[in-house]
Amino acid sequence: MSALATEATILPNRPGLTGRISDFLWKHPYVLLAVLLGPPVLWLGIIYLGSLFALLLQSFFSIDDFSGLINYEFTLATYKQLLSDANFDIIVRTVLMAATVTLFSALIAFPIAYYAARYAKGKWKAVFYLGVMLPLWSSYLVKIYAWKLILAKEGILTWAFTKLNLLWLLDGWLALPIIGGNSLSVSYTGTFLVFVYVWMPFMILPIQAALERVPGNLIEASSDLGGTPQQTFRHVLFPLALPGIVAGSIFTFSLTLGDYIIPQIVGSSRLFIGQAVYAQQGTAGNIPLAAAFTVVPIVIMGLYLWMAKRMGAFDAL
Amino acid sequence: MTAAVLFENVSRHFGPVKAVDAVDLEVAAGEFFAMLGPSGSGKTTCLRLMAGFEQPTHGHIEIFGETAEGVPPYRRSVNTVFQDYALFPHLSILDNVAYGLMVKGVGKEERRKAAEDALAMVKLPGYGTRKPGQLSGGQRQRVALARALVNKPKVLLLDEPLGALDLKLREQMQEELKSLQKSLGITFVFVTHDQGEALSMADRIAVFNDGRIQQLGTPEDIYKRPQTRFVADFVGSSNVLSSATCAKLGIPSAAASLRPEAITIGTSWAEQLSLPGKVTARSFLGAVNRVSVDCNGEKIIVTSPAAMPVPDIGADVQLAFSRNDLHLMEEA
Repeated sequence: MSALATEATILPNRPGLTGRISDFLWKHPYVLLAVLLGPPVLWLGIIYLGSLFALLLQSFFSIDDFSGLINYEFTLATYKQLLSDANFDIIVRTVLMAATVTLFSALIAFPIAYYAARYAKGKWKAVFYLGVMLPLWSSYLVKIYAWKLILAKEGILTWAFTKLNLLWLLDGWLALPIIGGNSLSVSYTGTFLVFVYVWMPFMILPIQAALERVPGNLIEASSDLGGTPQQTFRHVLFPLALPGIVAGSIFTFSLTLGDYIIPQIVGSSRLFIGQAVYAQQGTAGNIPLAAAFTVVPIVIMGLYLWMAKRMGAFDAL
Repeated sequence: MTAAVLFENVSRHFGPVKAVDAVDLEVAAGEFFAMLGPSGSGKTTCLRLMAGFEQPTHGHIEIFGETAEGVPPYRRSVNTVFQDYALFPHLSILDNVAYGLMVKGVGKEERRKAAEDALAMVKLPGYGTRKPGQLSGGQRQRVALARALVNKPKVLLLDEPLGALDLKLREQMQEELKSLQKSLGITFVFVTHDQGEALSMADRIAVFNDGRIQQLGTPEDIYKRPQTRFVADFVGSSNVLSSATCAKLGIPSAAASLRPEAITIGTSWAEQLSLPGKVTARSFLGAVNRVSVDCNGEKIIVTSPAAMPVPDIGADVQLAFSRNDLHLMEEA
């Protein structure tokens, strides 16, 4: 009792500069916020968004066909060029590929994410994270070249199909128009397989995070009220996982829209948006058209998010 | 008459843990049945066995005469009010309540009407357009009740439904649940760890401990005539007198229970029993004073009405009680 009474109730200031800084920041919390947020906001606002804006501005300029110099006057001529048949084909091809990749990634990712969120415990959860993340630790280029070998005519996939007496199936698939080709490694099917493989972690992890937040008793409640597993999936699990699926699809969709390496190494020689941007800003030196091509994914993603919001994808957030 | 729920030698083991161990019980149709016990006693697992979320490791379960083991929850005419309500956060209150009818294929207009009636029954008319996140705990509890009752279940299971409510609301809901059960005539099976709740609401109570039923009977039975030390202690904290104390009173018994409110402090009448002791602690609880008395090394709790004078700590007192209030137990 007496020991307590002799001690001061209010402690003196901590000595030194750190003590004074602590007291100052405690009294002025907004200063702390400004100090913490200043650098990232400047980075995002000026360097990141600023340069993106400058890039987009370029798309409203045009190129002089004779001199190859940029004409700094506002014009929609570049957009007219973007919508010409050849360029429009590139856009349609890329968007279709991105949509298919996204759809199949979601179909494959959902059961994996569901298992990880609902059933995996302790050691198996660690195995799951390792399994999903491990491919991200190795070089992107190495993985794509590995896939080129796997998918090649002399590759392990053809060998496996031959051994299983299923070569007719593979040949039949490759004989199909558009998605087929001489071998998987030079077909759209090959490009598709590599895209799905490379972006898979970006689909699994957001879905897993969303499913983890769904309380188990909601599934039980649905079942208790007479919902079959199929109805429970449709009316409870899927709507609650939708924000995660949309988040994952933003990754797979936009990454596919912008990628220029995968279609260059695995696939037919027909261009995707990323390759078009690469070609226009490099060899062709047509910066305005390259900029106009980069506007396409931004507009598409904007439309996609707007539609997702209208359809209630974020209601469960 | 067929039992609403019948357990025959039912066990549910999780690895080495015997959550429910060889339980026999019979819930009569139209009864308000409480399962009372501390956490981990197996009462909630029993409820989940009735709902179909768990399947028995051994034994046989019947619901209204039909075999229930191996039947999934969605094929049982049994509905549950969950402890934390488990309302669907993405659906409106009306869609939550109508969910059971929706999955059974009832038409839109019909289920909307039924859901509104159910909301009116739990005194939440006009709340249909809100989302669960916009309601208070008590309101959510009522929605969960409406969502279960709209399906007209044969048996309604309630898993500590009042646990998260404050005292005033809890008392009000206890009365409402009781009268709702009487008017609907549905069998209620209610899980709680609150003995007061079980005593005040249930027609019969099963007291659980370590996966087994310790005692099954009417509230009065359980309260006045506990069969084991656990029941005596858990249901209203009875005093349990040792065999030595019993012998001193001239009663040969392994143990005996004595309710704190059956004891008076002061001189005994001729026909009463009495024990000398020393007051060790006292506390004022509003309506009563609780006095701890040390009787030859045995601690005995007495609750005496607040109007009565309370002896000081350290005072020597005489405890008086009637022989009829002393309930003998076979087990120490």
